[in-house]
Amino acid sequence: MAKTSFAAGRYSALALLRGALGGHRHWGRAWRAAEPGGPYDVIIIGGGGHGLATAYYLAQVHGVRRVAVLEKGYIGGGNTGRNTTIVRSNYRQPQLQRMLDHSLRLWHGLSDELNYNVMFSPRGALFLGHSDADMVKLAERGDALIAMNIDAELMTPDAVAKLVPLLDMRRDARWPIEGGLIQRRGGTARHDAVAWGFARAADNLGVDIIENCEVTGFLRDGDRVTGVTTTRGDISGGRTAICVAGNSGHVAGLAGLKLPIESHTLQAWVTEPVKPMIDTVVMSQSLHCYFSQSDKGGIVGGGDPDMFPSYAQRGAPIRLEESIAQCIALAPALSRLRMVRSWAGVTDMSFDGAPIIGEMPLAGLYLNGGWCYGGFKATPGSGWLYAHLLATGENHPIAAPFGLDRFASGRTVDEAGAGPMPQHR
Amino acid sequence: MLLIPCPHCGPRNQEEFAYERSVDSLVRLDDAPGVAMAALYARANLRGEDHEIWVHVQGCGQWLRLTRDRVTHAFRDVEAL
Ligand SMILES: Cc1cc2nc3c(=O)[nH]c(=O)nc-3n(C[C@H](O)[C@H](O)[C@H](O)COP(=O)(O)OP(=O)(O)OC[C@H]3O[C@@H](n4cnc5c(N)ncnc54)[C@H](O)[C@@H]3O)c2cc1C
Ligand SMILES: [Zn+2]
Repeated sequence: MAKTSFAAGRYSALALLRGALGGHRHWGRAWRAAEPGGPYDVIIIGGGGHGLATAYYLAQVHGVRRVAVLEKGYIGGGNTGRNTTIVRSNYRQPQLQRMLDHSLRLWHGLSDELNYNVMFSPRGALFLGHSDADMVKLAERGDALIAMNIDAELMTPDAVAKLVPLLDMRRDARWPIEGGLIQRRGGTARHDAVAWGFARAADNLGVDIIENCEVTGFLRDGDRVTGVTTTRGDISGGRTAICVAGNSGHVAGLAGLKLPIESHTLQAWVTEPVKPMIDTVVMSQSLHCYFSQSDKGGIVGGGDPDMFPSYAQRGAPIRLEESIAQCIALAPALSRLRMVRSWAGVTDMSFDGAPIIGEMPLAGLYLNGGWCYGGFKATPGSGWLYAHLLATGENHPIAAPFGLDRFASGRTVDEAGAGPMPQHR
Repeated sequence: MLLIPCPHCGPRNQEEFAYERSVDSLVRLDDAPGVAMAALYARANLRGEDHEIWVHVQGCGQWLRLTRDRVTHAFRDVEAL
C-alpha cells in the first residue's frame, strides 16, 4: 500500500516527539471545516463511518475527488459513535461471509493505510454454546466458514475456560457452557477513531466534509435526482448517495420512496473502567448477549434490540436488564462492577437482516443501508463497495447479491430465517 | 418504558405486549402480487406518527391498533381490533 502524504503532516513517532518538544502546540485540525460548494461528482448523505469510508475510497481508489459528505450533526455522532465495536466475519450465509471477510481484510491494514490508529484489536471473537444443539450448530457454521477460507475454531469447554477464566463453567450454572466457536482474526476497534481516521484521509484527498448540514429534500429533473436541499442551501451533484443508517426510511421518504426497512432501537452499556479482566469478545447467540473490555477498561455489553419501531435514540430498561442479567450469569465477577452509562442508537432493520447496497428507483440516487445492528464491522468494506458502485455505476460482484431488487425476486439473504419481521431477529 | 393503555385491561407495562407490524403491511388474500409485495416489503417507516398493530400477549390476548409517535413515544389513539 502506497503511503499517503498529508498536507498537514503525517502522524508518526517523530512528529509526536517534535510535538512534545514544542509543548504540543503545532497540531493542526485533522480535517477542514468545509463550506458547501459544488457541483460535486458525488454527494454522500450521512457522515458516519460508512459515509466517510465511501468518500475516502472514492477519492483513493477511483480518483473521484469532487465529493461532499453532508452530516446533519457532527461526524460519527450516529451509530458509529454508539456501537459496541465488534468486528468479525463469521456469518453463516456465503454472500455475507464474502462481504464481511473482504471488510475484515481491510480492517487488518486500516491503521497503516489511513495513517491513523483505529486501535483495531484482533483479540478473538468467541461464540458460546450452551447445549449439544448449540454445539452442532456452531460446528456446522465453523465447517461452512473453513470451506470459504475464513478462520473458525471449535473449542472444548476446557479451552474456553482457559481463554476466559471468568466464565462460570460449573455444570449447574444458569447457562452451562458446552464449548464455543472462535474467530481469532475478529475483535474490536475504536469507533470514534474510525470516523476521524477516514475523515482526515478523505479530507486530505480533497473531499468536503460538511457538518451541521441536514438534507431536507432532493433536487429533481423529472425522474432524475440532481442534488439535495439542505439546512445550508441547495447542493447539486451527479450521483446522490444515501448512507444514513437509522434514518434511511426518513430520507428515502423525502424522495417519496419506501424501503424494506424499519427503524428500531438498540441499546448498550458500559461499566466503570477496571484492570484487564477479559481479553476476548464473548458472545452468546442463543442467549442474545455479549461483552468485551474496552481499551479504557470499561466492560462494554449489549443484547437484544427493543423490538418495536422507534427513532427516539433511547430504550427501555427491561432490555438492558435482560442483557446485563445474562452477562452476569455467564461471568459472575461482572456483578461487582458499577454501570456508568447506557445509551441507544436507531438501527435500520432490513426485512431480511442483510444490508442493501444498490440503485434506487430514481436515476442518480443510490442507497447503502439496512445494516441492522451489525454494520460497524463492515465500515471499510461497505465504503469500499459503495465507492465502487458510485464510481462505476455497477455493483461490485461482492455487493451484487445485496441490491434492492432482491426482495421482489425472492433472493433475500436471510441469516435468521425470520422473514420480513425485524422484531424477530 | 411504555405504559400502553389496553382498551380491555387499562394501562399496562410494555413488557406484556408484542409489536406485530405496521398497519400498512396487511396483506389481503385477494391482493394482486404487486400490492402484496409492497405490503410485505415497503414501509413508510415514518419519523413521526404511524399506525401499528400490537398484541396484548401476556394480558387479554387481544389485538390492538395503536397510533403512536415514533420519536416522542406518545400514544394518540388505541383501538381494539
Ligand atoms: C448500541 C449499538 C451497538 C452496536 N454494536 C455493533 C457491533 O458490536 N458490531 C457491529 O458490527 N455493529 C454494531 N452496531 C451497528 C453499527 O453501529 C451500525 O450498523 C453502523 O455504525 C452504521 O454505520 P453508518 O455510518 O451507516 O451509520 P451512522 O454512524 O449512524 O451514520 C449515519 C449518519 O447519517 C446522519 N444523517 C441522518 N439523517 C441525515 C440527513 N437527513 N442529512 C444529513 N445527515 C444525516 C446521522 O446524523 C449519522 O451521523 C451497533 C449499533 C448500536 C446502535
Ligand atoms: Zn389487554
